[in-house]
This record gives sequence, structure tokens and C-alpha cells, in this order.
Amino acid sequence: MSTAANDAPRSRGKAPAGERVADWADGRLGIYSLAKANMRKIFPDHWSFMLGEICLYSFIIIILTGVYLTLFFHPSMNEVTYHGSYVPMQGQLMSEAYKSTLDISFDVRGGLLIRQIHHWAAIIFLAGMFVHMMRVFFTGAFRKPREINWLFGFLLFVLGMFTGFTGYSLPDDLLSGTGVRFTQGAILSMPVVGTYISMFLFGGEFPGTDFVARFYSIHILLLPGIMLGLVVGHLILVFYHKHTQFAGPGKTNKNVVGMPLLPVYMAKAGGFFFLVFGVIAAVAGLVSVNPIWAIGPYRPDQVSTGAQPDWYMGFAEGLVRAMPGWEINAWGHTLVLGVFIPLVIFGIFLALIALYPFIESWVTGDKREHHILDRPRNAPTRTAFGVAWVTAYMVMLIGGGNDIVATHFHLSINAVTWFVRIGFFAGPVIAFIVTKRICLGLQRRDKEKVLHGRESGIIKRLPHGEFIEVHEPLSQEQLHTLTAHEQYKPAEIGPTVDENGVERKAKGTDKLRAKLSEAYYGEESQIPKPTVEEYKEITSGHGHH
Amino acid sequence: MKKLSARRRHPLAALVVLLLALACTGGLYAAFAPAGKAQADETAQSLAIDEGKKLYAVGCASCHGTGGQGTSDGPSLVGVGAAAVDFQVGTGRMPAQQPGAQVPKKKVIYSQAEIDQLASYIASLGAGPSVPSEEKYGPEGADIAKGGELFRTNCAQCHNFTGKGGALTHGKYAPTLEDVDPKHIYEAMQTGPQNMPSFPDTTLSEQNKKDIIAYLDAVNGDETVDPGGLSLGGLGPVSEGLFGWIFGLGACIAVAVWVAARTAKAKKS
Repeated sequence: MSTAANDAPRSRGKAPAGERVADWADGRLGIYSLAKANMRKIFPDHWSFMLGEICLYSFIIIILTGVYLTLFFHPSMNEVTYHGSYVPMQGQLMSEAYKSTLDISFDVRGGLLIRQIHHWAAIIFLAGMFVHMMRVFFTGAFRKPREINWLFGFLLFVLGMFTGFTGYSLPDDLLSGTGVRFTQGAILSMPVVGTYISMFLFGGEFPGTDFVARFYSIHILLLPGIMLGLVVGHLILVFYHKHTQFAGPGKTNKNVVGMPLLPVYMAKAGGFFFLVFGVIAAVAGLVSVNPIWAIGPYRPDQVSTGAQPDWYMGFAEGLVRAMPGWEINAWGHTLVLGVFIPLVIFGIFLALIALYPFIESWVTGDKREHHILDRPRNAPTRTAFGVAWVTAYMVMLIGGGNDIVATHFHLSINAVTWFVRIGFFAGPVIAFIVTKRICLGLQRRDKEKVLHGRESGIIKRLPHGEFIEVHEPLSQEQLHTLTAHEQYKPAEIGPTVDENGVERKAKGTDKLRAKLSEAYYGEESQIPKPTVEEYKEITSGHGHH
Repeated sequence: MKKLSARRRHPLAALVVLLLALACTGGLYAAFAPAGKAQADETAQSLAIDEGKKLYAVGCASCHGTGGQGTSDGPSLVGVGAAAVDFQVGTGRMPAQQPGAQVPKKKVIYSQAEIDQLASYIASLGAGPSVPSEEKYGPEGADIAKGGELFRTNCAQCHNFTGKGGALTHGKYAPTLEDVDPKHIYEAMQTGPQNMPSFPDTTLSEQNKKDIIAYLDAVNGDETVDPGGLSLGGLGPVSEGLFGWIFGLGACIAVAVWVAARTAKAKKS
């Protein structure tokens, strides 16, 4: 009963399905070499290196939920009467955009949850980017060769702000409408071009009937498209540059110590994605965000107190709230300085952090590649600058919520505003000085630890009655980690006479640079790390001091 | 008539006209004045006024003057009406504890009966809005959606979208409207206490007030369900941002630390 086929001698048999699929794909896409080169890519392990992942995952969550929301949202400002299931809005006139958002919230299956995931993910995405950016800043991970990637990240943050803003404006509710009006005011404050831009953007007088549809295409197509491209570029550069790592035994500027992408990081990152998704979904399931049904449809003749933008625009809100309402009226034109100056400061303030890598490399004259991260304490001036920047940012966040601060702490809103005005200038200065002192203190502590060991807390009484505290010497690994950082010398102006003995005039920029460099690396700005001689002298001696 | 027209330029003509006008006004007043009404329930009413006067002398006179005429420490109460007393004393704002930017709501120290007596006394000083009856602020016949629209037009700029309150200048504030008795909301609209403008029936009709109160009950009442979950005080993006940073991002970072701490064991070679 046997057939010919069965009798035929079997060769090695068929390859497993996975291998066949991979073979098929490799023959057409050439993925084998790509995978071979990258699958074993090493990534170092530190929780702060996962902050960027939080951003990436929340961005993916935003895109997924956003697609669902577009299925039900009508980006139209046609006026309709509401007859849906939310009783306190029955019979109210509203735009179709607002009505469809109410419908998403109350009549679409899972709509409210998806809306809240979308919004919470956006808030967390931006907050994550802020923290990720600060991590990169304070550890000096933006240095060569990563300046371009720093700019990519910065652009992602700024575009994220505007994507968030346009999305927040889409439901055409009273809160976001007030925000759009605020933005239009900021646009109008620009001299000469302001009115033209406003008329162009809104298709005529505010609010017109166009802005929701326009913001919609900006929000779902233009900005996320650019952001997606930047994210891909950002990740490719991370792969290309390889990840930075903290100093430690065996870790050099030329290697990366860690775990391979496959299988360890694939598993970790995959799991982490679901954990982030879980956290965001849990927050969205439990906590309300932007309850537009309680806020009401936008009408230019209505306004509410406590009208703030989402947190990432709070800085701009604070600047405008803190600024005195100055204006200049001349030749029939008004220059609204009370809004225009904050607008300018907003741009300069953000540009300052974006350009910082280039400023630092110019000041220090350091053009080498850096793959080992700085501990913030070992770069006191940079750390102090960063803390000053964050301080000014936070002060303005308080300014943006000055009314909420006033009511909840029983303060006068005028007092809060004055605190913000003074704090915006004084806060960063104080923060700078204090941070620098703390960094230097920590450097001294490190030096102390290296030379004398760790305080063990054991008090010993010597035979002749003297009390001493026993210090435990550090291990070789710890000693290495604490002394691995490089200490720079301030850049000099250079010889003021050339090789022929002719006097050369130092340029103004050179002098400025020498001064700044002195501020970065002068005696005031770093504690000389212990030398081998110092260490030997102390450890070879008879016991501890 | 000739006689009259001949004398109309007499030096005393103006005086005669004035006297006639006065007599006329006085007569009309006597005919229509509250005299008749006062007589109807004279005993109960005047008893309440007397009691109210005593309470007033103890609790209020030091600032508002012995006859309610006002002093440098407190405004005149002539013509504020019973509704103002019922609101101010009924919410514990009066008697005030200390001067300040604004007199806060606090524990009510008078019984409703005493408040009514005080109100009667103040009402007797001059005509003003009276305490509304229950059907004026009850939920029957109210249009919630209309109330919402009116609230957003007239009230939200100080009291926030759903009446959570907001800041005013120099430490003054618009209080939250949560857990406020509908009667007191009605009276506040009618009398405009402290920094609030008043909305008499000519501005917001009785029906409008009813609608607003019904709306507040729907969005800010005891039985209001927040469809989205925890409302974070209903304060908008400030509290949302704070929550997102601390609990949203905070939880993500905590998870990141946890994941980073659980790594594959390196092979010891």
C-alpha cells in the first residue's frame, strides 16, 4: 500500500517555517546582513537611558489612539444643535467639531477612554521629553558627535508642543477656544506681519469658520509626519553613534559595556512598552482629562477663569501673565509690548537650550568625541546653567497658573505675579550659585572618599584613649569610577606676540571666550581630583588622619 | 380760570404748587404705604423685628452702626433686604471674624430662626429683596442646558466653568459653588455680596436664576457623576499637568527603574 512518494529517500527534510520565511525575506530585502550587524548591538544599562523609551512609547500610543479618534471626529465648524446623550448640553448650539467630540465621549464605544489615553499620553510624552532632554543635558550626552541628535530631540520637543496645542484646540470647546484666541493675540502682537498672518491663518477675522479644519490637518498630518521622520532619524543616530555610558571599570570612550539588543533589550523594551501603555491606560481609565462636556462649546463672547493651556504651553502663558501690559501707540499703530516681548523671550529661551552644545564646545574649545557621560557634579558650570534654566522655566509655570496658586494657597494673585516677575530674574541667579556650590561640595566629598575611604560609622578607642572613626577604603572599581572624569584647563587667549615677536591684538571674542572658559574650568569651578601621589602618600602612611 | 391764569406769576405761586405737590405725594404714600400690610401680621412681625434688633445690637452693631446706618468698618444695611442677611449670616460670612481682602465662608453661628429675625429687622430699615421661596430655586421647570449657557456667559469668568471658583485681584476670590445651598446661590445673584456684582431680576429673570441653579446642581451637585473618572478638582490643565508629571510620568519612571534593575545576569567567566 505504499506509494512512490513515501518510498523516495528523504533528504534533510524541510527547514522550519521561521527559517523559510527569513530566507524568503532575505532573498528580497537583504535583511540578513542588516540584522547581523544590529541585532547584537550593545546597549548599556541604566534606568535614565529608558526615559527616551517612555517618550517613544507614548508617541506610539498617541498615534494609535489618534487614528481611532479620527474615525469619529468631524473637523468642521458648521453650527449644529446637540441632541446627544449628555443632558446638560441638550439643545445647545455648537460646532460640529465640538458635537463630534461630545459624541466620542458619550456615544462612541470606548471613545472616552481612547480620548483620555490620547490626551494623557500627550501630557506624559511632553513631560517625558522634557526629563529625557534634561538627562541628556546634565550628563553631557549632547557633546560631539551627538549635537545633531540633540537638535533633533529639541525639534521633537518643540513640534510636540505645537502638535499638542493644535490637538487641544480641535474640540472647539470654551477652554481651547480661549487658548486659540490667546494665540491669535500673540500673532497680532508681531509688528507689521502679525495682522497678515492672523488673517491668513484664520481665513479672515477670528474665529472664522476655517481654523478647526486647518488645525486638523496640521495636527494629524503635517506635524506628526515631521515628528515621525525625526523620531526615526533620532533612533538611527542613536544606533549609529552607539549609546553613551557612565564611567566605570572596563568602560572606555571606545567601547560600550552592556547587553545585546537581541534578545535582552528586545525583551526588555517590548515589556517596557506594555508597562508604559499600562500606566497610561490606568491613568486614563481612572482620571479625567479635559472634560470638554463640562467646559461648554466655544463662543467668543464667553470666557472662564482658570483658562490655562496644557502644561507644555504653561511657560508661554506665564510669560504673558507676568509681563506688565505695556504698549506703544504711535502714528496710528499700536505695538503691544505686553505680548510681543513674552513672545520674543519664549523663542530666545528655548533657543538657548537648543544651542547650548555649540556654545559649550566653543567656550571650552573641546572638539573631541565623548562617549563617556559626565556626572553632573563634575561639570559644575554646565549643571548650574541647566538648573538655572529649569528654574526660570518652573517659575514661569507658576506664573501660568498664578490664579490657581493664589486660590489654593490663599495668596493674593498680585503677590504671586510679583513673585514670578522677580523670580524669573533672581531665581536663575540664585539657582546657579547654589547649584555650583553643591557640585563643588560633592566633588570635595568624592575626593575625601577617594583619599580617606568611606566613613564606616565605627568609632574606635585607641589604647592611649584617643577616639578615631574607622574609614573603609574604597574598592579599586569605586576608586576608578570616582576619578575617571577628565579635568580641563581653561582655554587661554594664546600668545600675544607671534613667532616674529610682533605684537598681536587679541580679538574681543577670544577675550570673551577666555573669560567664559575660566568660569567653566577655573580654580573657582572645580576641585582638583586626587592625584596618584596624594593617594599613595595617604594610604602608605601609618593609618588615617 | 382767568383768575388762576392771572395769578400764576404771583410771587407765592411756586410755593402753592410745591405745597400741593407735597400734599399729593404724602396722601398717596399714606394710601399705598406698607401701613396696611404691617397691620395685618403686626404682632408676629414686630416681635421678630424686636428680637432681630436685639440680636443685631449684640452681633452686628459694632461695625454696621446701631441703626444699621453703617460705619467706617462696615457698610450701611439700609435697603439691603432680607435676602442679603439670609445669605451673609446663613453662610457664616457674617458676623465677620477679621477685616481682610474678603470675608470667608465659615461656621454658621446663628440658628435659622435667629437669622430670620435679623433679616426682619434689616428689612424693616428699608425695602430690599426678600428671601426667595423654595419654588424659585427648586429644580422643577428648569432648563439645565440654558442654565449652562447663562452660567458661562455671566458667571464663569470668575467662578470657573463649573463653579469651582477662581482668583480675583489682591487676595479677593470668587468662591467655589460646590455644596452651596441653592437658596444662597439665588440670594447671592440677587444681592451681589462682597465683590460679586448683583444680578437683579431685570438682568437675570427669575427663570434664568432657576436655570443656573439647576445647571450647577447637574454639573457640581452631590449626585454629579464625572464620566471621565477623578476630576482633579475640575481646575483644568494646571491640575492635569501636575498629575501627569507626578503620577503619570512618575509611574513610568518608577517602572523604568524597576525594569533596569532586573537585568539578565552577566555570565561570570
